[in-house]
Amino acid sequence: MAFSPELAEIRFGCGLSPVLPAPPDADAMLAGLQGPDTMADRYPIEDFDTYNDRVLKQGDLARQRRDETDDAARMELRESIRQASRDANMARGTWAARTCLRWSRTDTGFRERLVAFWADHFTAIGKSALLRYASSSFVESAIRPHVAGTFADMLIAATTHPVMMDALDQLRSAGPNSPIVAKRGRVQGLNENLAREVMELHTLGVDGPYTQADVRELAKLLTGITYRPRLGTVYLKDWAEPGAETVLGQTYSAEPSIDNVHAALTDLAQHPATARHLARKLAVHFVSDSPDPDLVAHIEARYTATKGDLMATYAAMLDHPAAWDPRPANVKPPLDFMASAFRALAMQDEPIGSMPFPHLRLRIFVPLSLMGQPWRAPIGPDGWPEDDAAWVTPQSVSARMRWAMEAPQRFCPDLPDPRDFVDSALGPFVTEPVRFAARAAESRSEAIGLVLSAPAFQRR
Amino acid sequence: MSTPLSRRAFLGRAALIGCSAAASPLIPPVSLAAAPWDTRIVVIILRGAMDGLDALRPYGDPALAEMRPDAMQSRGDAPELAGGFALHPALSPLMPMWQAGDLGFVHAVSTPYRQKRSHFDGQDILEAGTSTLGASRDGWLNRFLQELPGVASETAYAVGRGEMKVLLGAAEVSDWTPDAALMMSPQALRLAEMVMEEDPAFHAALSEAMALSDEGQGIMAPENPIERDMRATLRGAQHVKIAEFVAGQLRGDTRVAAFSLNGWDTHSNQDRHIEQSLGRLADTLTTLKEVSGADVWKRTAVVAMTEFGRTARKNGTGGTDHGTGGAMVLAGGAVRGGRVLGDWPGLSEADLYERRDLMPTGDVRAPAAWMLRAAAGLDRSVLERVVFPGLDMGADPGVML
Repeated sequence: MAFSPELAEIRFGCGLSPVLPAPPDADAMLAGLQGPDTMADRYPIEDFDTYNDRVLKQGDLARQRRDETDDAARMELRESIRQASRDANMARGTWAARTCLRWSRTDTGFRERLVAFWADHFTAIGKSALLRYASSSFVESAIRPHVAGTFADMLIAATTHPVMMDALDQLRSAGPNSPIVAKRGRVQGLNENLAREVMELHTLGVDGPYTQADVRELAKLLTGITYRPRLGTVYLKDWAEPGAETVLGQTYSAEPSIDNVHAALTDLAQHPATARHLARKLAVHFVSDSPDPDLVAHIEARYTATKGDLMATYAAMLDHPAAWDPRPANVKPPLDFMASAFRALAMQDEPIGSMPFPHLRLRIFVPLSLMGQPWRAPIGPDGWPEDDAAWVTPQSVSARMRWAMEAPQRFCPDLPDPRDFVDSALGPFVTEPVRFAARAAESRSEAIGLVLSAPAFQRR
Repeated sequence: MSTPLSRRAFLGRAALIGCSAAASPLIPPVSLAAAPWDTRIVVIILRGAMDGLDALRPYGDPALAEMRPDAMQSRGDAPELAGGFALHPALSPLMPMWQAGDLGFVHAVSTPYRQKRSHFDGQDILEAGTSTLGASRDGWLNRFLQELPGVASETAYAVGRGEMKVLLGAAEVSDWTPDAALMMSPQALRLAEMVMEEDPAFHAALSEAMALSDEGQGIMAPENPIERDMRATLRGAQHVKIAEFVAGQLRGDTRVAAFSLNGWDTHSNQDRHIEQSLGRLADTLTTLKEVSGADVWKRTAVVAMTEFGRTARKNGTGGTDHGTGGAMVLAGGAVRGGRVLGDWPGLSEADLYERRDLMPTGDVRAPAAWMLRAAAGLDRSVLERVVFPGLDMGADPGVML
């Protein structure tokens, strides 16, 4: 069980491309992560600072409307406010298209996969007003820049990000004995959602050594962090619970400060239970639903030894022989299936780059929903299932096959010759039945769809 | 608040249905013979932890005013039930069902799960039906099917786009969702079967999709461009379409169906969010009733259950955090409704679980077990050892007619 470029590109990258070479070795995969992020430059997705201008603008319109006395002008402002929401909603189509283009055109597929992995780990779907459409911007700002750094930095960036705080109800959480709550105004007290999910989902894991009391203590420690559109993430001292909090036996400073938040998150990031939780999750996501325990232990040891240095952690995963079991294993989730299909088809910047939102919606978003993975909208903060069985259902397989047969021609008007495509898409994993189907199908689009439907394409 | 019920009611009910079905010429064609038993069981998993204290408000408890001052303000809009309980105003559309005796509740129930208050572990144990976490991967509803003779692929349906662990297991279950029909040319279909052959999981999924998509004329190639078909799937609310689909299956040979309703995790601004979720629950139940038709509805028992309740007090952000005891909903013509069952523990701080959550006084599995017992006549010992291992069903609360 040793490295092979094709397996590397399929299992750890975005799938085989007919025009871009697969990585020659694991070092090249890792080096790519430390090189410039060319895909982010070429196919930009709004970062949160830019997205925040939308929030400010809509807030200004809402204020103007409140102060406006003329009914006609109020109606006009109301329409402008709605338009701002529609614009943000429709921008998601552009970002989805660019995400697909990044998968199609990257020479560092491992980066796109890691971004997807950590974006799922830190699932954050805003709840209020415009923030509900800001998930891609959250990923761009809080996740993508940190995939080759330390887990502690990513954890801090994600936890204190406006979208995460909105998603997990931190924005109005204040210490029960804080000065702001004492004023008996609109700010009333604690919300423990973010604290719970940080420990349960993001760090220690649900089997980790924390109690309900730790959840409350961490929730109190987090009080003070919130978001103001004009300032971004802020720390409001008079919202913070007075006194020192003790989380997992560690007592933090009684002096309210965002330093306490950073210190507690760093301790959580470097906790042995976090190492165990993340090592297993990486192995499950990238290698197999039931990974070799030795692989998990190997990743965990490297994570612990480096205090959560992610490059070292990935290197451990890639240098273990169990990562290179040549049998195709995990089923691609729907978005990865779709995006790797675009890569196999060598999709170009056009026509997808100028497709209007209604088309993107019908050709990408609705099919993803039918496949069981609506665009950036998992039901809960635990993100998408890793379990293959969750994806190989009759309804999901049906939706994948329909999309594979009918949609690619909309994105790639010159579909490739299926007899070549079967080899370029599947590489050494092509089987005789798939080769036969590619040749025997009635139409080119059905032939392409059959190749994309092949288990050897749907697994990695 | 419990009312005992003797077991003869089940036999009596079966005889009654036989009579009325024969008597009315207007009854739609429903399947009686093919499935091994007649009562339809629908399980709805309310994911995200429904706040039972808001859905089913205990106005009779004087401590409610302290725990939920805002519930007192909307008391006038909350339809009164019995025993000091009232419905959340958003459930008002269900009042005719309550008055007809087709809707009941059990309050202050929970799974055996305690302490960590994780949604995902909570849902896992709820669907596994076990006493401890990780004791089984199978769902209790599948183990129920495993105990019955004559189960075929159409007997049980897991409906919707998400996973239904409650139906995972060795017994055959169909997975389907509205708008999922397979469309391709006959030649493509033959080739697809060949391509999938090498992978048992994909092959099984394709075979099932083919069976479920075939409405008598075989699988058809798409007639419309993909955009048009996709646009069609956007019409209508998903929960209503699921309820319609389930009701349609219940009119045939389907005896068990399970699906999810999401959106119960109301940490902030609960008033607004729970109103929408309860509205969907009400829509779902009324759609099941209307589309299944009177004859099937009277043989149907619906149970809606959630992973845990929420904190007795509102939190600092107008919502509630993860709690323990909660409420379950029973509906259908086969249930003995019009009652709120359960032992009410009280809402004073000293009565709460860990001084924060509604104290669970009953196991959420017990009413479900009694429902299954009445529906299919399984032995109590099988229910307590196999379907819900480690459960003590206790005295029969008479949840079924």
